[in-house]
Amino acid sequence: MLEAIINILSWLLLLAGGAFGIIGGIGLLRFPDFYSRMHAAGLTETLCAICIIFGLVLQAGISLLTLKLLLILLFLLFTAPTATHAVARAAMIDEVEPVLSEDSPRLVDYEDRP
Amino acid sequence: MRDTIFLIVLLALLWLAISGIYKPAILLLGLASLVLVTWVVIRMKIIGEEHNPTVFAWRLPRFWLWALREIVISNIHVARLVFRPEQISPRIVYQNVHFQRPLGKVIYGNTCTLTPGTVTVQLTKSGTVIHALDAKSADSLAELERRVHWLEGETDEVAAKDAGEERR
Repeated sequence: MLEAIINILSWLLLLAGGAFGIIGGIGLLRFPDFYSRMHAAGLTETLCAICIIFGLVLQAGISLLTLKLLLILLFLLFTAPTATHAVARAAMIDEVEPVLSEDSPRLVDYEDRP
Repeated sequence: MRDTIFLIVLLALLWLAISGIYKPAILLLGLASLVLVTWVVIRMKIIGEEHNPTVFAWRLPRFWLWALREIVISNIHVARLVFRPEQISPRIVYQNVHFQRPLGKVIYGNTCTLTPGTVTVQLTKSGTVIHALDAKSADSLAELERRVHWLEGETDEVAAKDAGEERR
């Protein structure tokens, strides 16, 4: 009985993770410019990864494998933002102009700020 | 020195956790790699307080829990925006942030990027330049700044507010 509940929970988490991955992919295609697409990519590297790892943890049970899975998640959550930031900064230095709403300040205003 | 010891203990535990085979020959290999990594890290002079896992004590797990909740909320928000791309209004936000340590700023920038809807584009001496997907995402930054101040131990405000919420 308990096993069935854990299995169903794990399936739900895996499915949710997959769904967020697909939604992130759709967002990657639908958003207008480079910077907003980064946010869509953010879906796949946060909740998608979290759901899939926790789904797998439920499958693995309490073991060394679980610890390894959680470590993978930890490293992913530490490195993914760093990579995103590096890409965003590279785009800014390369003067990729973001599509912005009218009431927002321009990106150029902040370049070369000490 | 204290940070170096923390790093060595952390690396040793990590190796023991991942290896799973505890034979003398394998353990000796682990020890060798531990010594090598520590030597390289000391040579590179990159040991800092970020290698001390107790630097924020009990506040860190609580901050993680809050960050996890924020990640879930903002993920659902951005996922909704994916299906209504005409509703996004991307904007640049400049925030003046002042934390006690450089580590505070790193945590601020990383958590900001980790929640979909906001990406740190640039860290400057006085603040951060952030690209936000819409006004709602941009509004969440003030709360994040308060939480990082709380994490550094400057205020107990958030804790008091949380306790109030739990009582209700």
